Amino acid sequence: MIRLSRNVRDGLTDFWLAGPATLAMIVFIFVPVLVVAVLSFTDYQFGARDFVWIGLGNYSKLFGSALGQKAITNTLLYVALVIPASVGLGLFVAIGLHRMLDWAPRLSHLLRTVYFLPVAATLVAMSVAWQMVLHPSLGVVNQFLTLLGGEPKSWLSDRGLVLYTLAVIGVWQTVGYNMILFLAGLTSIPPELYDAADVDGAGGGWSRFWTVTWPLLGPTTLFVLVVTATNAFRVFETVATLTKGGPAFASDTLVYALYREGFVYFKAGYSSAITMVFFAFLLVLTIAQFRIVERRVHYK
Amino acid sequence: MIRRSLSRGVSLFLLIVGAMGILLPFIWMVSLAFKPRDEIFSADIDLLPTRLEWNNFVVAMTQTDVPLYLMNGLVVVLGILVFQILFTVPCAYALVQRRTRWRTVVFACVLAALLVPFHVTAIPIFLGFAEMGILNTYWALILPFIPTAFGIFLFRQFFSQMPKDLFDAARVDGMGEMEIVWRVAFPLALPAATAFAIFSVTAHWNDLFWPLIAITDPELATPPRGILYFRDQESGDDVGPLMAAALIITAPLVLAFLLAQRKFTQGLSAGGLKG
Amino acid sequence: MTSETVLELRGVSRCFGANTVLDHVDISVKAGSFTALLGASGCGKSTTLRIMAGLEQPSAGQVLLNGENVSDKTAHERNVAMVFQSYALYPHLTVAQNMALPLAMRHLSVFGRLPGVGRLSPGSGGVRKMIHEKVGHAAEILGLEPYLDRKPGTLSGGQKQRVALGRALVRDPVLFLLDEPLSNLDARLRIRMRAELSALHKETGRPFVYVTHDQAEAMAMADQVVVMIGGQVAQAGSPRSLYEKPASKEVAAFIGTNAINLFRPEDGVMGLHPAADRHVIGLRPEHVSPAEDGTLEAWLETAEFLGSEILLGLRTTTGKFVRAIAADDYCTPPPGSLIRLGFTPDRLHAFSGESGLRVELGA
Repeated sequence: MIRLSRNVRDGLTDFWLAGPATLAMIVFIFVPVLVVAVLSFTDYQFGARDFVWIGLGNYSKLFGSALGQKAITNTLLYVALVIPASVGLGLFVAIGLHRMLDWAPRLSHLLRTVYFLPVAATLVAMSVAWQMVLHPSLGVVNQFLTLLGGEPKSWLSDRGLVLYTLAVIGVWQTVGYNMILFLAGLTSIPPELYDAADVDGAGGGWSRFWTVTWPLLGPTTLFVLVVTATNAFRVFETVATLTKGGPAFASDTLVYALYREGFVYFKAGYSSAITMVFFAFLLVLTIAQFRIVERRVHYK
Repeated sequence: MIRRSLSRGVSLFLLIVGAMGILLPFIWMVSLAFKPRDEIFSADIDLLPTRLEWNNFVVAMTQTDVPLYLMNGLVVVLGILVFQILFTVPCAYALVQRRTRWRTVVFACVLAALLVPFHVTAIPIFLGFAEMGILNTYWALILPFIPTAFGIFLFRQFFSQMPKDLFDAARVDGMGEMEIVWRVAFPLALPAATAFAIFSVTAHWNDLFWPLIAITDPELATPPRGILYFRDQESGDDVGPLMAAALIITAPLVLAFLLAQRKFTQGLSAGGLKG
Repeated sequence: MTSETVLELRGVSRCFGANTVLDHVDISVKAGSFTALLGASGCGKSTTLRIMAGLEQPSAGQVLLNGENVSDKTAHERNVAMVFQSYALYPHLTVAQNMALPLAMRHLSVFGRLPGVGRLSPGSGGVRKMIHEKVGHAAEILGLEPYLDRKPGTLSGGQKQRVALGRALVRDPVLFLLDEPLSNLDARLRIRMRAELSALHKETGRPFVYVTHDQAEAMAMADQVVVMIGGQVAQAGSPRSLYEKPASKEVAAFIGTNAINLFRPEDGVMGLHPAADRHVIGLRPEHVSPAEDGTLEAWLETAEFLGSEILLGLRTTTGKFVRAIAADDYCTPPPGSLIRLGFTPDRLHAFSGESGLRVELGA
């Protein structure tokens, strides 16, 4: 038997250890990204034998057509609605529960569990449940509205309302996640700082918040903002389950549009262009997220 | 003193109202799942059923494909997890322990891969799978998720904190590198593996995007895909069984979460790193 | 002669980038010997040990094990045992499993090693029994029997140390490598373990290579001490030869319980030897003592009563600090007193002022 030199054997071991994962990343991530980028400049359709280069045609269609613009503005509006509500409520709940630890720890833990529940729950199944909650006639929301003398509303089929309804569900789903991140930030604040604030005369609830809590939560908040934005940009499950982008594209979003154009209408080229635009948005956000994580590590 | 109890009272009130809002769809789902048909379609507001109708669950479990969906979900989720671990752990170990020239290249790949959301790769993978004729198989649901840059990153972090001597001792004791990975490194990385498993299982049990694309055969539907088949078929009078099905599909993860809350919050918030 | 040599390093160098850690190191380890690699931290002694183990590859030179060039072999192909400073016990295995692991690796097939399933592997029963006996025997020697089912996390430092030794003992290796194994123990335990290690060495009859920065440990246990300085072997020899004939003033400074007095020509301390104006003269404190007829005069600054002796710190009229040792019954005068010191002329060492190397003085 030929004995290979140690360097060769070491090289083979390295390949045997890291090769499969690296290969899988190349096959399922890097090559597909290149293919999507290339396809976005063609008119390729799934099943077609060949395609034509159409340059930026798909992109001008996305940015130029009313439908394409709708998907982009809807996504941006959805993100703009979810971020402040989800981050703000997450912060509020975290601070409330953190303080409650002093006088009612068990209740605080119980409420934390409740707020986190939607994060672990299957979103599609919960969307089906939301559909029943918001049902025009059988839903508990409209039943309450009628009871209070209000007008029942079509939460999911009113063009002016549907995106806001989806945003509420989006907030419902993410607020617990943000709460956990904020709670982690809050517990890492040394209690001596609050004592110092008390001594310095900043003892009231609000002044404590502004002198100690808020400045020290700064990096956490930045991180939570970006994570919430990243997740909001990917909104898909609720749209696919509850509205399919309707009515009349009033709740069409980027990911849903890329799904519909690509896999319902089989317009692979156009769908690739939507993908690339979505990718560009997320790339900016993810790189920002990396930067923040790096900075947070440096803080410690 | 009065001010303090007042502020406590107000925040307690707001937090409980918020929690009720969070619980609303859960309560409504459970309530409808147990309500008899006549109560579901009554115009009165009854948050809770007057009597428990177990028949909804019987219908969901016997007259629909829900058990099949659960089964598919289990196969896919475990398949993904097992392959992810098999591919990821040795690679993360190599990134920490091996002095290979390729280390920086592989790590750069990992960081780059973290930047790519799954949605971006869907079209080419669909094309490739169609070409290979493996759409509508378990493989179509499992294969695309095997490379997990997030997993490599997580395990790498964990391995880099382990004492180097331990691995050297294992080498002197006669273990090959692959054996060190599975007999020493992996057992010691169980906390990281638990967090990763929770993250992975939750993400793929709940995923709708890829099953919607890769699967057209209802026989292979995962739970989220399956419940949409169920909902789209029913004509509107099967609300009870539909809610029972939604409850059954949500229950495994929610119960696991309630039993292992700390691990779940750790695992899922570690996922915040994921791009 | 060569048949007796178990391990030999020939011209071994190791570079990390532009940084040379080992520079042409030659070491030979005889059968049944106890070799100590002694040096300050960063002198390359640990790297040398790792090259002997096969954990590290030399950039140049050869490693010979029983006459065979093993430079290209990995650690697990060499059948050497190593004990680590941090003990490196597997935290997820019991003491017995920790000790059994190297044997299982050597004697069981890949299939037979699998937990649980392994029992079904043909022929593994006898091997398992053998492993069980060997582990039991090692545990008996080391007094570990009560702890066999415990996890390392629950043991004290000394017990962990014994487990680490046990893991090396069970497998009958050609060579034992020990990397500062006692440095994490407290002083009292360290002294006791020294004796136990020496006893173990005699019992196994295998060569030990022992890395340490503590000269007392090296002198007490080893029959060959290799002093390493700056990635090179400064001197190798028996403890006695190192003490009596240090090859350089650096070695002289490293060996000995009390730091040696070194008199450079510019210190102006004459009268030690005619060569004191050309060479550095070394004189150990234990060879300098108060004497009525002494030729050296110095003022007493400090006196430490150590029980069996008294360590004196003095300053000569030319301002040079000198350490001397007096007998325990010496009646110490108050600090500031002028004392006459005598020394044993044949205990003088002379070193070249430029190279620091030993110079033999004519009789």
